[in-house]
Amino acid sequence: MGTILKDYSYTPAKIERGYSGKSLYINVSDLRIEEKEVTDFMKEKFTGGKGFDLWYLWNAVTPQTRWNSPENEIVMSVGPLGGITQYSGTGKTLVAAISPLTGIPIDSNAGGYFGPLLKFSGWDAFELQGKSDKDILIFIDGNNGRIQIEEADEYPEDSHLLAEELTRKFSENEDDMVNVSVVCTGSAAKHGYMGMLNFSFYDPRRKVCRFKQAARGGLGTILRDKKVKALVVKYKGVTPNLNNAADLSTINKVGVKYHKQMHDLDSKQNKMRQIGTANTVMIMSQYDLLPTRNFQTGGDPEVVKISPDVFINEWLTQGLHDGCWYGCTMSCAKCADHFLLTSGPYAGERVTVDGPEYECVAGLGSNLGIFDPQAILEENFYCDTYGIDLISFATTVAFIMECYEREQIGPDHTGGLELRFGNKYAVLELLHQMSRGEGFGRLVGLGIRNLKKIFVEQFGADADLLEDIGMETKGLEYAEYSHKESLAQQGGFAMATKGPQHDEAWLIFMDMVNKQIPTFEDKANALYYFPMFRTWFGLVGLCKLPWNDIVPADNYKTDSPAKVPEHVQNYVDIFNAVTGQNIDKDELILQSERVYQFQRVFSVRMGKGERKDDYPPYRSLGPVTPEEYLSRQDLYDKQLREYQGLDPDSMDLDEKIAATRRYREDQYEQLMDAVYRRRGWTNNGIPTPEKLKAIGMDLPQLLEVIEPKL
Amino acid sequence: MIKVNTEPHPWYSGMTVRSLLDEKLFTFRHIIVRVNGEYVPEEEYERFAIQDEDDVIVLHLMAGG
Repeated sequence: MGTILKDYSYTPAKIERGYSGKSLYINVSDLRIEEKEVTDFMKEKFTGGKGFDLWYLWNAVTPQTRWNSPENEIVMSVGPLGGITQYSGTGKTLVAAISPLTGIPIDSNAGGYFGPLLKFSGWDAFELQGKSDKDILIFIDGNNGRIQIEEADEYPEDSHLLAEELTRKFSENEDDMVNVSVVCTGSAAKHGYMGMLNFSFYDPRRKVCRFKQAARGGLGTILRDKKVKALVVKYKGVTPNLNNAADLSTINKVGVKYHKQMHDLDSKQNKMRQIGTANTVMIMSQYDLLPTRNFQTGGDPEVVKISPDVFINEWLTQGLHDGCWYGCTMSCAKCADHFLLTSGPYAGERVTVDGPEYECVAGLGSNLGIFDPQAILEENFYCDTYGIDLISFATTVAFIMECYEREQIGPDHTGGLELRFGNKYAVLELLHQMSRGEGFGRLVGLGIRNLKKIFVEQFGADADLLEDIGMETKGLEYAEYSHKESLAQQGGFAMATKGPQHDEAWLIFMDMVNKQIPTFEDKANALYYFPMFRTWFGLVGLCKLPWNDIVPADNYKTDSPAKVPEHVQNYVDIFNAVTGQNIDKDELILQSERVYQFQRVFSVRMGKGERKDDYPPYRSLGPVTPEEYLSRQDLYDKQLREYQGLDPDSMDLDEKIAATRRYREDQYEQLMDAVYRRRGWTNNGIPTPEKLKAIGMDLPQLLEVIEPKL
Repeated sequence: MIKVNTEPHPWYSGMTVRSLLDEKLFTFRHIIVRVNGEYVPEEEYERFAIQDEDDVIVLHLMAGG
């Protein structure tokens, strides 16, 4: 055991109607521990979860704060519904901080047990501020009301070892291990800006620590910059009503109805219980949406080698419960057991690999031109244990591979690594270099925005080409969906507050296939409703997947099946039943919009969040290269005729590419105008005072930020 | 000519919902089909005949991860 640096006792607050009413503040510079009141103001304006995170973060930082400033915080909160066990997907922890990749607030969420156990230990939220001068870990004992900070030099860095060791350390016996959850990252987190956080839950059947990730935006990098090796919480005694809900019978009733749908319909719908989110890989390829070779195309004949059936039949253990919090019958956290590693420091060992999720197969597979399930699982394992956000990593490496193949960089720059699409050995070597902080791998961890600058300024690469093909906006790498043919999704990514992650809106089918939102106003309405609705999951501690990855059998009868109205009503009912409030579905959107607009103003405060920050790379909008144009020539030629009245037969390829680009960039400008109007923003993307007043967020500190921008 | 998700699409004699889905490469399992506003259950895709000038809606119910 490391030296105990701080020992603090507290009286765990009793939870009433979803809130403990207390939040925990720890400053690791001076080992200060404080308890704060969660006020009615916070509940009214920010609800909980991500709302609480952003409010605390706002008060902790200044416009001058950078990701590695001591005052930057990692804030986490589970929300008022977090920890109920009667419905699926109720254990999400929301995390926020100023991101090393973007310089603005990032929010990311994870399953696993940490958030609920933190709340049951008496804390609605947890602020971590300051910078330690030595490696430490923080242990919260929720049963005994005790917090200890201890030196942590001797513990391993990589998550699969660290979480296992800490879970054993803080458990009395094998049965007690399910009561411990660890938040940690890995050895690569300190060597770049894309370190992520692993949230553990102990799997008593497999006898291993499993993980879910708060992956986006470099949260693990910040944790290690603070020299915090791990956060550990222990709470024994999870029972169905620790939230002391106002109306438990309603929660039970809604839960039973939902679980029956899951039981009856999942095998006919998305097979979440067999394969999880990776069920969509073949579908994405068939609809030309699977990012392939740095988003150049939307699919590949070889994708059959990494299809869901391959993972189900050959790699993923079936028939075990794989929920990442109690009571989740969706149970989509699949894993490959006894997986034999072939490279790196753990070569020859057999491990459990959590995943692969869709983003993993698409990002580490097709987008890198790798159609080898074994390689994808090994990449998946090392991203996880090294603490690397696999989305940022995959999209960055895809960019690098295209730069390499287009001779913008070469082996002299990569330390001899042949970074061509499909080279799985080179990708694994990059991961190991990132872990060691060596070689070209050290550069990879800086992300695309920084690499573009390095490649241009130091390696002589073509700046215009790199701007077009580097898939980042605001400094964050794109999530793994090819979306050139969906204008709405182009906006869904590039106008997302934190950067191009699809948790705000995924509109590709509604837009590109269903043709449900043909006009700019239709798209703008969708880019209002869905981000507002989906933000709500992060306020209350819920997973989004149970909303629409299973739908009621009679959903087709509703006026708006894409919204899954019955499940929206479930959420309204559960929220009211836990908190004793009486909201309806419109009030739910209002709760979200308060936080959504607050986050936009927060970004403005930190120097982004204006129109100039909402532009995508052209690869997001259309074909950059001749090969891309030719891959969909019939479609693009047709569009030249129908949309612009041009005759493609009389144009050469360069002219056709240029005309397509002019048209698509103009379409995107018009979309921005429509979306900004719908969201109540100025033409420069600033929330107006009138909008803030209408939603009860005309707080003086927000008005002070926006007024100079009006 | 018929409409499929608001866009014109050639019609041929003998067209069924199933043949149209195959032709359009609509392979996603989780869809809702309406012909002239009438819901068509999946078990009827093979025999439900589409007539010239029908208005066909194929809603793909997926809203992303």
